[in-house]
Amino acid sequence: MSEDWPLYEVFIRSRSGLEHKHVGSLHAADARMAIEHARDVYTRRQEGVSIWVMRSADIIASDPEEADSLFEPARDKVYRHPTFYAIPEEVKNL
Amino acid sequence: MSARTYAPNERDPAQQEAHFRYVLRLGDTSLVLGQRLGEWVGHAPALEEDLGLANLALDLIGQARLLLTYAGELEGRGRDEDALAFLRDAPEFANLTLAEQPNGDFGHTIVRQWLLDAWQLEIYEGLRVSADTRLGAIAAKAIKETRYHHRFSSGWLIRLGDGTQESHDRVQAALDSLWRFTAELFAADDVDERMKAAAIAPALTELAPRWSARIDEDLRAATLKRPAAQPYPWHGRRGVHTEHLGHMLTEMQHLQRTYPGVRW
Repeated sequence: MSEDWPLYEVFIRSRSGLEHKHVGSLHAADARMAIEHARDVYTRRQEGVSIWVMRSADIIASDPEEADSLFEPARDKVYRHPTFYAIPEEVKNL
Repeated sequence: MSARTYAPNERDPAQQEAHFRYVLRLGDTSLVLGQRLGEWVGHAPALEEDLGLANLALDLIGQARLLLTYAGELEGRGRDEDALAFLRDAPEFANLTLAEQPNGDFGHTIVRQWLLDAWQLEIYEGLRVSADTRLGAIAAKAIKETRYHHRFSSGWLIRLGDGTQESHDRVQAALDSLWRFTAELFAADDVDERMKAAAIAPALTELAPRWSARIDEDLRAATLKRPAAQPYPWHGRRGVHTEHLGHMLTEMQHLQRTYPGVRW
């Protein structure tokens, strides 16, 4: 049966969390069922206080084939990390 | 404390017995329905539904534990939740006859669940303001679970009823076959009357129309036809059961019956 159902991605916001985090995916016939399945599958141990679901087919993902051109150029630009400043003694937290 | 506060010790034995029976009926209905749903584990049509049905079952078993523990205390014969669940025979069970009906196909299980979810919604809602504050607290916890149960079962009822011709025909057939057990849901007897008079339980005559309206609303959305009312010879609440309960208990009680007093 579940082969006929589209795949949904599930995002859960934990009690202490500010953002919804991807926790996995599941099959459901429609959006309402996807929320119910997400509740039953992913929040059994009080993992969350809010659920988002979306059709996996609606996600537009970067192409792994293009990973080199997308991500390699950042590799030699370590100066983009804010780790090259001398921190004054008096500054406790930055 | 308000004047409606209920003090068990001040009541006569007949009232005490009725109180015990009332709580026992609620507990047994949850227990038997929970056990039935548990039979789906590993057999549901999809992994997600398997977990969903198991979640409903665990909620119901949780309700049964609270209710049977309380019933045991009201009875005052030293029986705890386990003694009541595992060491009674079918004629001593006081669940609604509908709850013990076999699972059938998935649609059949959904119809049985949905009819009882709608019933529990009204019962627990009414019990929240019970003069028996302990029963009220149990109902306050259970109503949250039951709202989800009804969301789950009515969702499936509508999906199947308004689905394919095959799914529609199957749930309509399940509804036609199970409807004869619904007359028992709101048929008040002496126990109900006593509990109502003591403001422990809501009046079933007031709950019935609300249940009926909810049922009609869901049936409309599911494009299903409400069967005609039927006279009922079923009295599960008084211990007169269909043959299915005995078989179910044989499996449920197997371990305790074979190894009395065995513990994990």
